Amino acid sequence: MQTNTSIAYVLLRRLRTPLVVLVSAYAISIIGMTLIPGVDDQGRPWRMDFFHAFYFVSFMGTTIGFGELPYAFTYTQRAWTLVSIYLTVISWLYTIGVLLRIFQDSGFRRLVDYASFTRAVRRIRNPFFLICGYGDTGSLLVRALTERGLNAVVVDNNHERIETLETAGLPLYVPGLVADSADPEVLDRAGLAHHNCVGVVALTNNDKTNLTIAITGKLIAPETRVFCRAESHDIAANMSSFGTDYTLNPFDSFAERFAMAIHSPSMYLLYDWFTSERQTPLTEPLSPPSGKWILCGYGRFGKALQRYLSSEDMEITIIEADPKGTRAPADIIVGRGTEAETLEKARVKKAGGIIAGTDNDANNLSIIMTAKALNPDLFTVARQNETRNDAIFNAANIDLVVERGNIIARKISALIITPLLADFLKFSKPYNNQWANILISRISGVTGNNPPYTWEINVDETSAPAICESINENLSVTLKDLGRDPKNRDAQLKCMPLMIKHNQSQTLLPEENTKLSIGDQILFCGHETASSNMHYMIQNYNTLSYARTGEELPSGTVWKYLTGLKTR
Amino acid sequence: MNLEKVVFAFFIVLALTLNFGFFVGEIDNPEHHNVYELYAALVVSLIATVMKFGDRTHMGAVLLATSLVADLQLIVAAIVWGWATSAGGSEGINSATMASIASLSGGALLANITSVVLLVTETVQVKR
Repeated sequence: MQTNTSIAYVLLRRLRTPLVVLVSAYAISIIGMTLIPGVDDQGRPWRMDFFHAFYFVSFMGTTIGFGELPYAFTYTQRAWTLVSIYLTVISWLYTIGVLLRIFQDSGFRRLVDYASFTRAVRRIRNPFFLICGYGDTGSLLVRALTERGLNAVVVDNNHERIETLETAGLPLYVPGLVADSADPEVLDRAGLAHHNCVGVVALTNNDKTNLTIAITGKLIAPETRVFCRAESHDIAANMSSFGTDYTLNPFDSFAERFAMAIHSPSMYLLYDWFTSERQTPLTEPLSPPSGKWILCGYGRFGKALQRYLSSEDMEITIIEADPKGTRAPADIIVGRGTEAETLEKARVKKAGGIIAGTDNDANNLSIIMTAKALNPDLFTVARQNETRNDAIFNAANIDLVVERGNIIARKISALIITPLLADFLKFSKPYNNQWANILISRISGVTGNNPPYTWEINVDETSAPAICESINENLSVTLKDLGRDPKNRDAQLKCMPLMIKHNQSQTLLPEENTKLSIGDQILFCGHETASSNMHYMIQNYNTLSYARTGEELPSGTVWKYLTGLKTR
Repeated sequence: MNLEKVVFAFFIVLALTLNFGFFVGEIDNPEHHNVYELYAALVVSLIATVMKFGDRTHMGAVLLATSLVADLQLIVAAIVWGWATSAGGSEGINSATMASIASLSGGALLANITSVVLLVTETVQVKR
């Protein structure tokens, strides 16, 4: 379907009757003016010609003040003018009325929106991501991407969500379309086959829709990376089978992070730091108690959480209102957890902590408030389902709030923006809480109170020509050299290397004297200014050589020649 | 019988007949070409054009194109006439002006003939 021409077609088709009416009204008025005899200024009989008749009728129908041209009219001419005025004015009003109705018509507006969206997508000149589903997760992800200067295109079937796109105050313009993302035609319009489309992210609430997006993505544009949300393990396996790059189970990843927050708080904090938006200040690691915990809610999330938590020696009491529907084990306590009676049955007064993990935010808050009234020392953890409830969760003074949309959005944005960071987080999993603690103190030593900014350095000809040139001349470049301040080599940039990837093998927290070779990928964290300084240095041979040796090299041909003479 | 088709064919054929009526006669003789006939041909041609709006078929597109050509020729003819009688020429239509007006309408006639031929072809093909 060719949208632009179809807009013109629809408009013309609907304007058919008004235009015929208008042409007829003009034709009748003009012919009347030419047929009715008049007199000229000397009283001789005179007839208006077609040119004057057309001129007269044109301004008569559209203006209010007009004269009798070119000579004063006779009675018959005036009578005909009266008829013509009503004829043409009514036809104009009718035509304009129809036109306004067409523009207000929701179907026509959808057509216009679709066309302008297609145009906006076609005009994107930078790499962009196609994001299907603009709920909590989608909106957080789009914000994270645009803040890093990456373009995005959004498709969602909900009209209101797309409307919030304009008011969200994103740093880049993000085209949005209200449409069913399971429709390959829609995906094509949204830029799936566009040569600048680098990835597709399927985040809709419907697994089948996500599956369709993944298949379409892999078939139409095999080169693009596909990220998919899948609630069921079957669908996730299905997605992986045809090469979907990343599948994310919201309940699993959420439960995993949740469990990490409880039994490895420093590691959780590290994750939180690296994947957080930039403005959030650093927080202290939590110290959740071991011992007896109460888990409210045994749905998909509760089950996943129990699986992750039970690996530790934690005693978990489950409270669930619908044990049959959730196929809960026999030894659980039946109830919602929002009332004191159920909580007391779960011996809340002896418990160390409570997890409010139902899919209802109001219930979760109620569980926390009731439990705190019964046992003020309780360590409280709450699951937040909807972003808009931020304010009340902050006010409730809960020890740890884990937001579902947030975790998935951060996970995907880390995968997209700095793929090495995702690797780093994956390979740091086996390390214990103490390792994370040491790393946290090292990072705070570098960045102060700000959350660390992470960036990648790829040692290749396009992004780091200076390093490649030095290595080709058999000069060694170490990680320490990269960390030197290009203005003063004795000072260090506020950054530290987190990981180096060399020949498909990773080294976490590499030594400063590690030598670089071509093809290496390095993940740094630190201040944003350090990142721009470092990026400048790896592009500029002279600056890098100053950082390496402390010598300032002459840059122009004349100076190079002169220094050559001097040393000779 | 479809009323829409009747109205549609009526205007297309009427545009051709009026155009022909204006065109016939000695090409440079103003007495053989009536200005009201030109006017009627132009108005009917405009209405026929509007009737063809919004047809997405290939045939519809070609019909619209021929109609637009006829409109263009007739509008130019009308402008020449108006210019000769009102603005530029004080002595009215001379034979040279008349010849150019008639030949312009002759061009429109060709376009209108194409329209009718297409219409007839389509009607014969449908056989309903």
